[in-house]
Amino acid sequence: MEAGGLTAGRASGGRAAIPGSALFRRDGSRVVSQFLQLIFAGVTVGATYALAALGFSIIYNASGVINFAQGEFIMLGGMIAAFLSAAGAPLPLALVGAVAATALIGLIVAKIAIAPARDADVTTLVIITIGVSMVLRGGVETTLGKGGRTLPPFSGDKPIAFAGAAVLPQSLWALATTLVVVAALALFFARTRLGKGILATAHNRLAAELVGVDTRRVLSTSFVLSAGLGALGGVLIAPIANASYDAGIMLGLKGFVAAAIGGLGSGVGAVAGGLALGLMESLTAGYLSSAYKDAVAIVVVLVILLVRPSGLFGATSGGGR
Amino acid sequence: MASPSLPRALSSRAPALAFAAALALLPLFLPNAYYFDVAIRIAVNATLAIALNLLIGYAGQISLGHAAFFGLGAYGSAILTGAFGWPPIAALVVSAAAVGALAYLVGRAILRLEGHYLAMATLGLGVVASIALGNEVALTGGPDGMAVPDFSVLGWRLAGETSWYWAFAALLIAAIVLAGNLVDSPAGRALRALHGSQTAARALGVDASGFKTRVFVLSAVVAAFVGSLYGHYEGFVTPGLAAFPKSVQLVTMVVVGGMASIWGSVLGAALLSLAPELLARFEGYETIGYGAILVATMIFLPRGIAPSLAERFGRKAG
Repeated sequence: MEAGGLTAGRASGGRAAIPGSALFRRDGSRVVSQFLQLIFAGVTVGATYALAALGFSIIYNASGVINFAQGEFIMLGGMIAAFLSAAGAPLPLALVGAVAATALIGLIVAKIAIAPARDADVTTLVIITIGVSMVLRGGVETTLGKGGRTLPPFSGDKPIAFAGAAVLPQSLWALATTLVVVAALALFFARTRLGKGILATAHNRLAAELVGVDTRRVLSTSFVLSAGLGALGGVLIAPIANASYDAGIMLGLKGFVAAAIGGLGSGVGAVAGGLALGLMESLTAGYLSSAYKDAVAIVVVLVILLVRPSGLFGATSGGGR
Repeated sequence: MASPSLPRALSSRAPALAFAAALALLPLFLPNAYYFDVAIRIAVNATLAIALNLLIGYAGQISLGHAAFFGLGAYGSAILTGAFGWPPIAALVVSAAAVGALAYLVGRAILRLEGHYLAMATLGLGVVASIALGNEVALTGGPDGMAVPDFSVLGWRLAGETSWYWAFAALLIAAIVLAGNLVDSPAGRALRALHGSQTAARALGVDASGFKTRVFVLSAVVAAFVGSLYGHYEGFVTPGLAAFPKSVQLVTMVVVGGMASIWGSVLGAALLSLAPELLARFEGYETIGYGAILVATMIFLPRGIAPSLAERFGRKAG
C-alpha cells in the first residue's frame, strides 16, 4: 500500500490518509488532509520567501538599501547548483558550491557597484541594484542558457504520510534548514563582533563608526550574507520548482513583500512574513484561484500596510528617510 | 543643490521652441519606418517619464507600478473600441477618466505610506493590474493580448508611422510645456517643498496629502492617455505593457535622466529607449550591457545625467 497509495494520495490532494480515520470520517478527513497538504506546500515556499526576506532585511539594516537583486541571488543558487549537479558533481558539493559562488558574487557586487555609491541617496542605490540584477540575469542567460534546469531532491521524492497529507521530503529539508539558519543568524547577531557591528550600523551609522565599527566591512558582509541566504533558498526550492534564469524577478518581489509584511529590517518579521506569504498563496491557490494567488497575497499585504504602515513587526515610523 | 538659474532658464519657452523645431526637422533624417518607430517609442517613453518625474522628482513620491496606468489606458481603449465598437476618441477620454478615478481612490489610500513602503504598495498594485490583465481572458485575450482597431476622428484615420510620429511629437511638446508651467507655478513650488520636507511644507500651509494625490492622478491620467494612443499605434496590446519591468524602465528613465528635471526625462527616455536597439546586435548580452550602463551612470552621475551636466556648465558660465 505504501508507495502506490501515497502517490495516488498526492495526486488527488492527499486522500491516502491513515487507514483508520479515512474509514470512519472519510469526507471530514479529506477536508482536513487537503488543508494540511496546502499548509505544507505553503510553509515550504514560505521558507524560501523567509530566507529572501531575511536577505532584504540584512542589507536594509546595513545600508538602508532595498536590494532589487535579491531575487537574482535566489535564482543564481538554484541555477548554479543544478548546473554543477548536471556536470557530475555530487549533490552536497553542488549545494555548497552554489551557495559559496553566490556569496562570492554578492561580495563582488558590494565592492564594485554599491560601495562606490555609498553616500548616494536611496533612489540612486535602488537603481544600481536594478542594474546589478540585469547584469546577473543576463550573465546567467548567456552562460547557463535560457532553458529551465532541475535539481534532484536531497533525499528522494517519495512522499511521507503525515496525518493524511503527503509531505515531500524536500519540504522538510527546506523547513529544517530555514530553522537552523534563523538560529545561526540570531547567534551571529547576538554574539559576534561583526554581527553586533551590523546591528550598530543599522541603528546609527555615524555612531557605529565613532566606536570603531568598520562600516565598509559591514556593507560587504551584509551582501555576502544576503547572497548566501538567497542562494540557500534557491537551492532548497529548486527540486520543487524548476530553476530558470528569469525566475529572480518574481522571487525577489515575494521576498520584498514578505519583508514588508514583517516590517523592513526585522529578523523575526522577515521569517514570519515569509511563512505568512507562502501560506496565503498556497491557501488562495487551493481554495480560491491559482491564477490570482499572487494578486490575493499582494492585496492582503496592502491592507496590512494601510492598517499598520510599518509592517507587523516594524518600528513605529515609516520606512522613509 | 542645483544652481537655481539654469533649470529656470531651461524651463522657459525658448528651449521648448528649439526642441519643437528639431522634432519638426527630424523626419528629414529618418530613412525608413524602423527609425520612425524608434523615434515614436522615444517620444512615448519621454512623455511617460515627464509625467512620472512630476511625481518622483518634484513631489518626492516613488511609484514602481506606473506602467499599470499606461497598460490600463491601452486596454481600456482596446476593449471599448474593439469589443464595444465605441469611437476611439470617446474610448480615449473615458479610459483616461476611469484610470484617473482609480488613481484617485488608490492614491488617497496609499500615499499615506512613505519611502520603501510606498514603493512596495505601488509595485504591488502594478503586479495586481498585470495579473488581472493576463487572466481575464474573455475581456483582454489573456497573456496573448488583443488587437486594437485603428484610431480615427470624424472619419479621418490616423495610420502609418509618419502620421503617428507627428501625433506623438506634438504630445511630447505639449507635455514639456505643460510640465514646465506646472513646475514654475505656485503648485509646483508647493510640490518641491513637499519633496524637501513634508513636515516643513505642512507647517507652511501646504495641503500635503491633497497635492500628492493630485500629482499622482495627473501622472496616472497622462500615462493612460499615452497608453490609449500607443495601443492604437501598435494595433496590439499585451499584459507586458502594464508589467513590473515596464514600470522599472520608466523609473530608470526618470532617475538616469535626472530627478526634478523635465529635459532630463527626455534625455533619459531617449538614451534608455535607444540602448536596447543599439545593443541588440550583441545578441544575448544586451541585458548585461543595459544593466552595466545603469550601474555606471548612477555611480559616476548619481544625480542623473541632465542635472550633473547642467551643474558643470552652469558653474563654467557663472
